[in-house]
Order: sequence, then structure tokens, then C-alpha cells
Amino acid sequence: MDLKFSDAEPSAAEREAIDRRLGGPGEGGWDGGARDEQDHRSARAGHAARSRRHLVLEALHAANDRVGWISPGALNYIGKRLSVSAADVYSVATFYALFSTHPRPKRIVHVCTDIACLARGSREICAGLETRLGPAGAMSGWKHSPCLGACERAPAALAVEAGDPPHEHLIGAATVDDIARALSAGPETLSAETPSAMAVPQAGNEGLMLLKRIGRVDPESIDDYLATEGYAGLRRAFEIGPGQVIAEVKAARLTGRGGAAFPAGVKWESTARQPATPRYLVCNADESEPGTFKDRVLLEGDPFALVESMTIAAYAIGAARGYIYLRGEYPRAYRMLRSAIDRARERGFLGANVLGTGWGFELEIRRGAGAYICGEETAIFNSIEGFRGEPRSKPPFPFEQGLFNKPTVVNNVETLCNVPLIMRIGAARYTRIGTEGSTGPKLFCASGNLVRPGVYEVPFGATLGELLDLAGGVPPGRSLQAVLLGGAAGVFVRADERDIPLTFEGVRAHNATLGSGVVMAFDDTVDLSGILLRIARFFRDESCGQCVPCRVGTVRQEEALLRILRDRHDVAAKDRDIRILRDVGLAMKDASICGLGQTAWSAVESAIDRLGALKESR
Amino acid sequence: MNAPAPRPEDMPVRRITITIDGAEVSVPEGSTILTACDAAGKDTPTLCYGDTLTPKNACRVCMVELEGSRVLVPSCSRKVQPGMVVRTDSERVRHSRRLVLELLGSSVDLSTTPRIPEWMARYDADPDRYGPRAPESRGRDVHEPGEHHAGDGGVAATMAQPDKIDNDLYVREYDKCILCYKCVDACGSQWQNSFAIQVAGRGFDAQISTEYAVALPDSACVFCGNCVEVCPTGALSFKSEYDMRAAGTWDETRQTRTTTVCTYCGVGCNLSLHVQDNRIVKVTSPHDHDVGHGNLCIKGRFGFTHVHGREEEDGG
Repeated sequence: MDLKFSDAEPSAAEREAIDRRLGGPGEGGWDGGARDEQDHRSARAGHAARSRRHLVLEALHAANDRVGWISPGALNYIGKRLSVSAADVYSVATFYALFSTHPRPKRIVHVCTDIACLARGSREICAGLETRLGPAGAMSGWKHSPCLGACERAPAALAVEAGDPPHEHLIGAATVDDIARALSAGPETLSAETPSAMAVPQAGNEGLMLLKRIGRVDPESIDDYLATEGYAGLRRAFEIGPGQVIAEVKAARLTGRGGAAFPAGVKWESTARQPATPRYLVCNADESEPGTFKDRVLLEGDPFALVESMTIAAYAIGAARGYIYLRGEYPRAYRMLRSAIDRARERGFLGANVLGTGWGFELEIRRGAGAYICGEETAIFNSIEGFRGEPRSKPPFPFEQGLFNKPTVVNNVETLCNVPLIMRIGAARYTRIGTEGSTGPKLFCASGNLVRPGVYEVPFGATLGELLDLAGGVPPGRSLQAVLLGGAAGVFVRADERDIPLTFEGVRAHNATLGSGVVMAFDDTVDLSGILLRIARFFRDESCGQCVPCRVGTVRQEEALLRILRDRHDVAAKDRDIRILRDVGLAMKDASICGLGQTAWSAVESAIDRLGALKESR
Repeated sequence: MNAPAPRPEDMPVRRITITIDGAEVSVPEGSTILTACDAAGKDTPTLCYGDTLTPKNACRVCMVELEGSRVLVPSCSRKVQPGMVVRTDSERVRHSRRLVLELLGSSVDLSTTPRIPEWMARYDADPDRYGPRAPESRGRDVHEPGEHHAGDGGVAATMAQPDKIDNDLYVREYDKCILCYKCVDACGSQWQNSFAIQVAGRGFDAQISTEYAVALPDSACVFCGNCVEVCPTGALSFKSEYDMRAAGTWDETRQTRTTTVCTYCGVGCNLSLHVQDNRIVKVTSPHDHDVGHGNLCIKGRFGFTHVHGREEEDGG
């Protein structure tokens, strides 16, 4: 392949950062070097280099983390190293919100303005920042951000500083002073991040299954993990063999916790049956649904649990390699996971010969870079492979052709973390937890206007009211206005629908969804139309742009809402715009490629039909 | 020694029968629903579908209702399976087609897209109901994924932007672009392997672009014009056509088309010369031709200017 690049060269720092990730010249089928006088080629690279295309995103991170943006020289260098054209690398770089393809300051604070933070004062923070630093934008040093997955600490902000090493610091509850200090003195001068156990009000309680180690063990100690039933699940899996592991997971009726509620055992079995090899296991840790932070808490507080879970799953489906696709906005989870993988490898729980069984498993983390869509089960493959994170059309399904077009299982973090439990207690006992249609323990992310927001573990079957009570209900003196179930892609329910059982079948019967386990409460101080507008903006910003219904539909949805809120008194205009919302919503639901477009109208629709929102004229 | 495997063309082709709008139709195994719809005499609108490209199913105007499927399915890419029951004119199908046409019509200049008025009428589409169109933007080549300026809903966001005229051979009018990916696929691994253009940015801010939006002569473009060949909306056009349209002299009713063999080398690509007033105004290539499948190189595609250069030299 003959690729043409401009003359832009990387700086020494960029070259060093990229080489550190990709290996120096001579590695990966690239013989690098200066432009040759005879044929003017500046590099030779063949199949070996092209087979490393999947490192594009990693290499972009390396450059962006070091100097704060992706310069033409760095972009060219990545392209030459991996034998990918400059236009191709550019198309990937411009897909992700955490990257910039124009120069910007090394320090940037991403200020969450998403719905949970909006309900808890982010608007005031932004107003303060505008006064102090100027309007939002990279050149002012601060930007609006979608949900940062730190809703229990709302309002939240993520400060990053490019360098060697880069610094990343999650601030919450954020103040204008903290953000200004992160920009003037650097994020490392801020006081230590809140311990992750603070996100779990139940931490330390007896009877917890998924959260039992949070706050009680050192997440960096494999000995702590082993002392608390760690790796008992894997040992049992090795005793019973892969086929029986799948049988147990099927018998346990483990259902996916990421949002689509698909039976995990069925997924595993169909993948294991595929003749094509290698097979892959992907953990979807791209937790980006607004209001969701349970996976972050698991990863930060109990990272070995995921490593063990994935080892069991890989053993069951016959995968030799697994990928954890982790949200780029989760720096602490990244540190904890990296440490856990290293420790596990040192102690023989990962590697060529796991626990002396002769079976080998390697686990790798891939960091996302700010794109909600990459949590879609096929977009995640494109992102890992170094392409734009656009969903693929199905069929073929992941179990037939997933990552690198090979049979692949994709599971959410929480789903996987149920597996060691199933191995330890067996399917029969597991199915006694929860209800007939929804087995096991479940994590809920309670956020918004609640006295004790956080991640709560309850057996499936608790009602919405019970969960709200567990989180302390709305602050004294206020009343509950509505609850958003399942996140931005979910549905609003009324304050009087407390009896909805939080089970897959229970919410379905009430035309709602559990989604990713979001329970976001809004009290009477919240302007709900502002929340709807923020949801519409979120989908417009996060649409990948591939298909027309979603790419243009999310824009028209936001515009119609803006008009309705602008001209509240014009009834005829409002009726026309509601008609537009319904028409566009139905087309997005029916004709979009993936779940993002298909659910982009869900919350707004429920607010109109269930809450009677947008009716009143103020 | 093993007997040689039968060649695919010698194998008997299994035929698959499906039901479309209540009538049975049989097509060879591996066909798409679109092929079956064509066989059944259904006129299916398509935009991003290309006869020489892998279906991208991005535009969603060819959607049909498939029994048992929660959502509509793209007929251009979905393969037939025995017993499928498909509806091409149900309320859901008509709604989605209407909305896709409205959403495109309200955001993109479809004035040079064939058959648009006919489809707009068939599906009762009203692209004007989204409000007055936003004026030209000069910022579409700056990508800030995850951010946008929302305004107040007073105008409908559009692709409107200045035309890109940076070479003598072809022009890019991205306000006419529906992001069908066909030019990207033709430039990339499916045909030309130049990889000069890709989709940059995300969502409604996505745009076909070279790296950092550099001008085509500074990019990896080899000016084969295969992107122009597959563009369904006229967003990519010959400079000759662009100039004649601007001057008001472009008139397809006065054009003839002559197919001939390119004489620049020995490959044998076919050229279709579009001639108006005894001048070649653009060159296409037959998609069903075995040699090039509609693809040409810079000489075949744009070398026609030399024909008239000679005339001018000769005083002709």
C-alpha cells in the first residue's frame, strides 16, 4: 500500500510518547527512518504494520495525553507506524471528545452538565466559571461534558493535564474554586479524590454479594482478594469444565445488566459453538449512560473481581484473549485495573498457563476517549480495532462475527461480576435470589435529588419506592416530581409509581426499562423541561452520524424542544412541534441502525405522555 | 489427488422464496431483500446503495417491514432467508421513508439528486416544516466532537457551507452531501486504495474530509474521480459540469452519451463520454463492465480536456 503523507513531523516528545506505546522503529513491521533520496519514501510497512491498526486509538491517546492535542506531525507518525492513511487517522481522532485536532492548553477541566449534575447545581458552577474564566471552550480551559459517571458526587468535573505522566483528577462535589485551581496550579495540587467506597452507602453491610469487598479490602492487594473468597469461582470453574460453566450460567438465568437484558448463558453458548477461532471476550466497561456509575465503583473498589470473572468467562467460551474497553473518563478505574491485571499475572492467574492448568488467557485494557456510542456492542469492536466507533449492522451478530470478525462475547462489567458468585454458590442457590424472571442481586445507581445518592445492591424484586427510601428519599421539605429509570435512553415515571417492581418483567409491565440500573430522582425544585433539553442535547452530541434518522433526527428533536420552551404560549406552534417530536421519534425508533437512535426519543416521549410535560405554559 | 472443487459458477444456485406485500417471489440465495423487491416490481427508493459497493445502509430510505423484526430493516443489505414476510408500503415503512426524505431535505441541498421530487410526492414529505434553513456555516471543517452550539430552534440546522473548489478537475459541494460513505469506500479499500478522504467529526457535525481538511492537491488524492462516479447527489461533480451549471448552460436533455474504450493504456477501461454541443462535458464509466466496474484513472476520467485542447490549438 502506497500512502502519501504531508511533510509534518512529530515533535521529539510526541515521537517518544508514541514509540513508548508502539515500540521503537523496527518493531511491528515498520522500518521507519528518513526520506529516501532514491524513491522518496519515508517509511516501509507491510502486513505486519497493518495488522496493528487496532493500536490507532492507543497511539492517539499517547500523543494527546503527552501534549494535549493531536498535531499533524503526530497524526502522520501514527499513520506511518501503523500503515494507516492520514485521512483515516484523522477520522478516528475527530470521533472522540477527549481528543483535540487543534492546539489547546495542556490543562482542561471537563465540567459535567448532564442531568444528574444539572439537578444538583452544575448550572451555577458554569455561571461562576463563565465569570471567572470566560465562556466554555477549550481555550478558556473548561468545557461542558456529558455525564462523568460520578453522579453520587454531583456536580462533578474531570481535570486533566497533558504531560509525562499526564494527570487526571475527578473533582466532586466540584466548586468554582477547585476548577480554577486545577487550571492555575494543576490538577495534582487538588486534595485527594474521595474514596470510591463513599459511593456505596451500604459499604461494609453484611449480606452484600457484588459490593461485599467495596471499602473492606485494599483494591490493589491480591491477598486481600484471595482472603475474601477471591478466585474460588475460577477454581470451581476449572473443576467442572467449560461446558458445565456455561450450563450453570444458563441455569442461573443470568441476564445482561448493561441495558439490553439478554441472557448471558445463551450468548456464551452460541459463541462457544462457533467453529471459527480465535474467539474473543470483551468486557464493556464504557459506562456512559447518564446517571450510571455502578461499574466504576466495582472497578475502583474490587478490580480483581472483574479479572476473575473474565477469566472464567473466557475459559467457558474458549477465548485466549480478552479486552476490557474502559471509559476514557475513568482514570482511577484504569489505575486499579492495570494494577489488578499485573498482580494477577504475577501470581499465575493470567498468562500462558493459568494456575497450572495449561490453559492460557491474556487480558488487555483499551481506553475509550469520550464517545457514548462506543458502549454499543458492535461500535465497541470498531473502536478497539482502531476505526471510528460506529455501530455495525446486525446480522451478523457478535457471536458469529464480532471483534476482528471472530466469534465474540460482549458483557457488561456488572453482568460478568455475577459469574464468580454463580460459580461459588451454584445456579440453584443463585436463582433463589430475586424473582422468577430476574435472578440474582442487582446494582442500582441512585442519583439526583436524594439524601444518600450512591450505588445500592438489592435482590431483584425491590420496588422503586423501597429503593428511593434506601437512598433517603428527596431532601426534607421537598417533594418528588419524577424519576428517570434507565438513564437518558430510559423512561420517566411519575412520583406516584413507587410500586413498580425493579425487575426486568416488572418494569416491562409498566412500559419502562431498567436500562443500566439508573434511578434518578428529581424533586420539585428542578425544571424538568431543562432536563429534557439536556437529554436531547446529549443524543445530538453523541450520535455517531452514520444513519440519517439519528444524525438529523436528534438535531430536529432538540430544535423542536427549544422552540417549545421558547414560545410556551403559542399553542398552535407547540402542537406542530409536538407532532414533529412524535414523527421524528418514531422514525428514529424504527429506522436507526442501533440502540442509540432507537432510544433517543424514549425519555422525551415518556415525559410528554406520562408526566404531561411541556403542557403547562409558564 | 483430490478432484478439483467445482467452480462457484458451476454450482446450482439455490433459490429462496419470500413474500413481499402478499405475493411470493424467488431470488438466488445470497440476494438482498432489495433484489427481491426489484424482482417483484417494487420501486424502492435508494440513496446510499451503490451497485459496485458493499451496502453501507446508512441513509435508511430503503427500509422495509420484516415480520418478526422489532425494527424496520434495510432492504439494500439484508439477505433473504426462506419464508421472510416483507412489507414495502405499510404505514411504518411509509412513515420512515417520509421522515428520512424530510430530514435530508431539510438539511441538505437535494436539487441535483435524481428522483427526489417524485419520492417526496410519493411519501408526502414536507421538509419545510422544520423551519427556515440555517445559513451557510464556515466552521464545518473544525471538529469539536461532543459539542455544538444549539441556538434557539429558530432555524433548522443544515449542511450549508462554501463549495470546495481547490483543483481544476472536480468540485466538492458538501451542502449537497448526505454522508452516504460511497466516496469514502470508492477512495479506500473497495476500489482505489488511496484513502484520501474519510468521514471526520461526529453526528450532525460529521463531514467528508481529508486530514485537517487540507486541499485535495495537498492530500493523498490521485484524482481518479471514482468518488465523483459514485456520488448519488451531485455533491461531487466535474469542474466542467459545475461551471456550466453556474453559467446556466448545463442541459442534460441536449447531451448524448457515447461509450468507447480508453486509449491511454492497454487495460481496456470503457469510457462513457457525455457530450453537449459537440464538447465532452464529463466522463463516466459503465458499472457493469468487467474491466473497471465504473472505475477509471485520472487520464481516463479527466483526460478529455486534451481533446478540446487540440481543437483549440488547431483553431477548431
